[in-house]
Amino acid sequence: MMAPSYNAKEEDGHQPGATGHGGAGTMTNKKPDNTAFKQQRLPAWQPILTAGTVLPAFFVIGLIFIPIGVGLFVTSNNIKEFEIDYTGVDMSSPCYNCSQSYSWNNTQSCTCSVHFSLDQPFESNVFMYYGLSNFYQNHRRYVKSRDDSQLNGDKTSLQSPSKECEPYRSSDKPIAPCGAIANSLFNDTLELYYIDPNGSRTAIPLVKKGIAWWTDKHVKFRNPSGNNNLTVVFQGTSKPVNWRKPVFELDPLDSDNNGFINEDFIVWMRTAALPTFRKLYCIIQKKPNNMTPTLPRGEYILEVTYNYPVRSFDGRKRMILSTISWMGGKNPFLGIAYITVGSVCFCLGLVLLSIHYRYGKRNNSAEISS
Amino acid sequence: MRTVVSSLTEDEELTEILKSYSSNKVTTTKYSFLSFIPKNLFEQLHRVANIYFIFLAALNFVPVVNAFQPEISIIPILLVLTVTAVKDLWEDYRRHKSDKFINGLLSCGLFYHRKQQTYVDQRWQDVHVGDFVRLSCNEIIPADMLLLYSSDPHGVCYIETANLDGETNLKQRQVVRDLPQQVCENFHSRIECESPNNDLSRFRGYMEYPSKARVGLHNDNLLLRSCTIRNTETVIGIVVYAGHETKAMKNNSGPRYKRSKLERRLNVDVLWSVVLLVIMCLTAAIGHGLWLRNLKEASFLIPDTTSPALSGFYLFWTMIIVLQVLIPISLYVSIEIVKLCQIFFIQNDVDFYNEYMDSRIQCRALNITEDLGQIQYVFSDKTGTLTENKMVFRRCTIAGVEYPHEENGEKSKVHFSTQHNIFHQGSVSLHTLTGHSEGEEPPSPTLPQQSAFSSPLEKDIVPDPFLVQKLNSLSSPLFLLKDASMELTYIVDFFMALAICNTVVVSSPNQPRHVVSNITSPVCTGQSFSRKLRTGDSEMSRLSTGEHGSWKGEENKMLHLTLGACSGLGNSNGAQGPPGEPGADELIYEAESPDEAALVHAARAYRCTLQGRSLESLLVELPGMGSLAVRLLHILPFDSTRKRMSVVVRHPLTNQVVVYTKGADSVIMDLAESPKGAEQSDGRQGHIREQTQKHLDNYAREGLRTLCVAKKVLEEEEYEIWLKRHAFAETSIENREELLLESAQRLETNLTLLGATGIVDRLQEEVPETIEALQRAGVKVWVLTGDKQETAINIACACKLLRSTDQLLTANCGSKEACKALLLELRAEVERGEAAEGTSGFTLVVDGRTLDFALQEDLKGDFLELSRRCRAVVCCRSTPLQKSHVVKLVRDQLRVMTLAIGDGANDVSMIQVADVGIGISGQEGMQAVMSSDFAISRFKHLRKLLLVHGHWCYTRLANMILYFFYKNVMYVNLLFWYQFFCGFSGSVMTNSWVLIFFNLLFTSAPPLLYGILDKDVSADTLIKLPELYKSGQNSKAYLPSTFWLTMLDALYQSLVCFFIPYFANAGSDADMLTFGSPINASALLTILLHQVIESCTLTWLHVLVLVGSALFYFSFTLVFSVVCVTCSPPTNPLGVDKLQMSQPLFYGVCALTTVLALLPRYIHQQ
Repeated sequence: MMAPSYNAKEEDGHQPGATGHGGAGTMTNKKPDNTAFKQQRLPAWQPILTAGTVLPAFFVIGLIFIPIGVGLFVTSNNIKEFEIDYTGVDMSSPCYNCSQSYSWNNTQSCTCSVHFSLDQPFESNVFMYYGLSNFYQNHRRYVKSRDDSQLNGDKTSLQSPSKECEPYRSSDKPIAPCGAIANSLFNDTLELYYIDPNGSRTAIPLVKKGIAWWTDKHVKFRNPSGNNNLTVVFQGTSKPVNWRKPVFELDPLDSDNNGFINEDFIVWMRTAALPTFRKLYCIIQKKPNNMTPTLPRGEYILEVTYNYPVRSFDGRKRMILSTISWMGGKNPFLGIAYITVGSVCFCLGLVLLSIHYRYGKRNNSAEISS
Repeated sequence: MRTVVSSLTEDEELTEILKSYSSNKVTTTKYSFLSFIPKNLFEQLHRVANIYFIFLAALNFVPVVNAFQPEISIIPILLVLTVTAVKDLWEDYRRHKSDKFINGLLSCGLFYHRKQQTYVDQRWQDVHVGDFVRLSCNEIIPADMLLLYSSDPHGVCYIETANLDGETNLKQRQVVRDLPQQVCENFHSRIECESPNNDLSRFRGYMEYPSKARVGLHNDNLLLRSCTIRNTETVIGIVVYAGHETKAMKNNSGPRYKRSKLERRLNVDVLWSVVLLVIMCLTAAIGHGLWLRNLKEASFLIPDTTSPALSGFYLFWTMIIVLQVLIPISLYVSIEIVKLCQIFFIQNDVDFYNEYMDSRIQCRALNITEDLGQIQYVFSDKTGTLTENKMVFRRCTIAGVEYPHEENGEKSKVHFSTQHNIFHQGSVSLHTLTGHSEGEEPPSPTLPQQSAFSSPLEKDIVPDPFLVQKLNSLSSPLFLLKDASMELTYIVDFFMALAICNTVVVSSPNQPRHVVSNITSPVCTGQSFSRKLRTGDSEMSRLSTGEHGSWKGEENKMLHLTLGACSGLGNSNGAQGPPGEPGADELIYEAESPDEAALVHAARAYRCTLQGRSLESLLVELPGMGSLAVRLLHILPFDSTRKRMSVVVRHPLTNQVVVYTKGADSVIMDLAESPKGAEQSDGRQGHIREQTQKHLDNYAREGLRTLCVAKKVLEEEEYEIWLKRHAFAETSIENREELLLESAQRLETNLTLLGATGIVDRLQEEVPETIEALQRAGVKVWVLTGDKQETAINIACACKLLRSTDQLLTANCGSKEACKALLLELRAEVERGEAAEGTSGFTLVVDGRTLDFALQEDLKGDFLELSRRCRAVVCCRSTPLQKSHVVKLVRDQLRVMTLAIGDGANDVSMIQVADVGIGISGQEGMQAVMSSDFAISRFKHLRKLLLVHGHWCYTRLANMILYFFYKNVMYVNLLFWYQFFCGFSGSVMTNSWVLIFFNLLFTSAPPLLYGILDKDVSADTLIKLPELYKSGQNSKAYLPSTFWLTMLDALYQSLVCFFIPYFANAGSDADMLTFGSPINASALLTILLHQVIESCTLTWLHVLVLVGSALFYFSFTLVFSVVCVTCSPPTNPLGVDKLQMSQPLFYGVCALTTVLALLPRYIHQQ
């Protein structure tokens, strides 16, 4: 079989002598490989959006989204939420006086009591939040003003905090915790009392632990190691300018909630995304033994130790009580949005279906088959 | 001027001069080991985009404006610079490897060594100017050198220039004239020659011998680098140019850089992006200023003395850093990568493979693939582009009698070009040799060679029976009958002229590539030879006006010579069959032009065989007369001004000096106008001229290429006079070319017309289909040819450029005024025709002279207006310059995308002018290919190249660019919306690493794949429906409106992606990163799914990359949120995404956002 083909080449002006000289067999065939990839013939799925594929998609989306939306909406509606503003802007509000004499440097604490009533009982665990409005915790320079290494218990950072903390880096000694975020720690104290129908006040136990993220509490925030006595550990540092007590006295009773791992502090350090935000203050745990709701219907008093000034920037302070569900706090938006989008898709499906039935045949024939 | 002496010289001064010339070491690399980083960096910094991003990175180091940690902002620019640098490094490394190979070539050639007094092996890089180089057969010449010695007794040497220009025919080079035998150690001559330049066809200089005698040097003495020595045992030369100064290297300009139309469009949109960026940053800056002013004292404000206005100013720059992704940094790199891949696919298309030449398409320009999809005008050469440029002798007319060669005509119709097996291209190109190797292996120094222009079709010519009959009478006893003899002399002379009036080199398979240099063929028997000689003699004497007896002695001498030569080589020749028949003595003709080969083969079919050629004689076998040695006195080679060539020979039979001329019909007919003397033949000549002209017109109408053949007998004295002046011209150092031209013109007068030939140059396969497809695709096809009008029209008809329903408009005029009037008149006619709707279209035929007028400043408007309305335009008799003028005119005035396609040197200027230049690697060398952007082997490939690959490349790239803009705008706007909720402070709700990687890593691969693999319409459909090509012509895929629509869509999607999570989290305890997490995730999903909707095909690769990108993002953020404890302040992600991804709400938000964001695009698409 070889010979004829060779001869054929020779006849066409191919010279055997030259071939011999040039080393036969060095001729490489330049023909490209006829593979599906190189010839761009890979089997492909073409998502041609025809009525046949689009219509079911719309209906399916509609059919999935509407139930989800309904579910979300119902869940959201079942969440009980109570919110009260205690800023004291109005003359009539109980905290008006306190709000007038605001200053970071007040040594005298001002307290005020806010009365409110709950129309419905709050079942299961109730979360108590404080809310701030018009407070830009997400301001770029504010957000930057912290030293994560220091908060992680790094000894060097403790003594020489990051430059980002300026101007809250050091007073005469290095500040711990440094930075603007820590400096502006929310320092109002909230207490809740239930007023029995008979008029007596019952303090409601507020659990201040378990309000921070697990990772924050156990991984990200750590007290400097070496000594169990935090006073010794934080020696040589000074408290943030606006603080009334040093960091190692945030919760002197509970060593697991003191220093950098104080949960109030940790929660504050997680800067809020939006200027109106809430932060978890404490948890009111449901009563384990009896069937009475955690917070029964009735009158309550919120006792506020008013320290935190917000009037200068038109801020607001709120107290929020809320139960939560699997989807978090109360938020009807998502449910409504789901229902709306689902309905829109469904309607679009119907519209397209009618269009398809009217013009479908023509479209199909005009389409280029590829 | 440069002076070259032998490098063995003792003269210090001259040695210094020699040292100043560049050595033969070639470095085409841009960088050295040490200089790579600084130099590459420096080069990259020349790009505006890179400067911009470096500026941004630097800006981030300014404390008042920095947005991220400084090191983060360096990452994008670093990544881009690294990718580009790696690409450059890789390319440079390939060049380096190829250089190293070339420089290290230990050519078997030997270089003269001073100490050892002998020739030693040396590497190419060690060759210097002034060195003596000895080369043997089939070796590649390492540097430009002057030929000093050849083993050939006549002092000639043959080289093949395929590496240089792709021409495989052998070219003859001569040893420097009158050189005393003093090669090497005794070489004391001095060479003065031109400074290095890139003109391959010119070399001027002189050599001064020790005796102070000067001799001129010209191109014939120069052996060029990268050519191959053939058919000569040994040559010795002295190097005059080495390394980068060689003509081959000077001609090597490297890959071409053009800017595509799409890229120009793209730059406009990049500018729009900049405008958008500035607007966004200004908004933020002003917003920040106002926000600050309204704030009094807030605990979240860091005490500062800067005024709100200044803060706003600082913020402007911060925002530029934050929103920098709006300017697609990776776009340019991505486009380059995509184009490389597109080229990879084009090069690998099996449909562009030509089996017979073993060649693929060559993509020489790397960055205009998408222009292929937008072509509006195609300018095509005719010969070799539309046609095969494989000339086949078709018919001829001799002495006014037409021989139609019916059978031949039948055959050429059946024969398909695909059966031809012509290996044209040696596998070493100039490119590889000079270092810019793109995809080929380094060349092997010796290569199998094939001969050019010897297809079976050219060889198998069936003679016309009538003519054969006439010719046979020459050898028959009845030959002496007088009646037909006069005509017979014409016939013999005619074939004689066909056989010898050329520069064809003959070789035979037995002696590969060696010129049959001596007269070696047998003479059958002495007796029969002399008998035939005598009969021939009487015949010839009648034809000539010379004296009968004067050449008797010469004849004997020649006979003696012939027999003597014969006796030496008798053994192999004894069994020789009749010439012309295929058999043992298969001769191979290598011609410079296909026409020549065709004519030699034609003559051979009539047993008028050219058997050998040496410098001074030709061996021709005539029917019935056996082999005759013809003393070759001069060759006056073909040039385009004279349009003819001549040989001056001493006729073997009559011993007269005879000039045979062949050339373009117009020229020869003019020169043969007034036949000299010969009163009795005056009438006859007139008749012949008349008849021949008639036949010529017929041939042209048939689409044949015509050549006229004429002869002239010179008186001895006449010749002597001419010879003197010619010798002077030859030896002159200055104005040699002009003098030679003049000398030739002096000789070629008063010719006797013998006849004319018609050569058919068949259309390439599928040309009509291709042209039809192009026209249906809305591409206007113009044919620009140097041929005659009739031939051009005929070819235009044959290739369906001209349809029978078309109205033909012919523009031929002699003056500018006439031209103006004609143009107006034709235009009126077209307008009438358009109104009448009778004809399907107009085709304009313009000849060269009219074109000259039409291209002038004041008429070109009219001309364009006219031609724009015509479906096709044929320009005939046009010069290369006119071709390029036409292309330029159309390109600039009509602002259209033009493509020029051609195969010859005469198309080079047109190819260079057009937006896309395509070279056909065909029969006329590689010049067109070298200057082209794409090189294909057949015209029909143009169809798939434009309709399929062009369409794909354009739509892919356009869609990818749009997608890039979309992606960036969509993502950046998310950050922008956030500014409204953070007091325009430049905060971001995302971890800065994720932010930077979002564009660079998570969403960069899918668009690349989209740009490389997407197919909006299948190849078959694109071929079947050429109309689809129009979408690319009108830039449908990338109109300004599409751009803004895409921007609008991006805006909408970013609004959805931001505000659904916003409302879902409003008032909650979400921190910044928790808030950003679903936004990022849904943006990613939206961006990826957007692409799924946009792309028309999804292969497993798409799925892989899309799913991979999504998984990469989620796993990256997840892992990052677990391991990153204190890293990346202030946006430490610890725990965020881990927590988020464990919450159903996250998925709920993502699903809703993605669906809602994609809804409009989804509806729009269907």
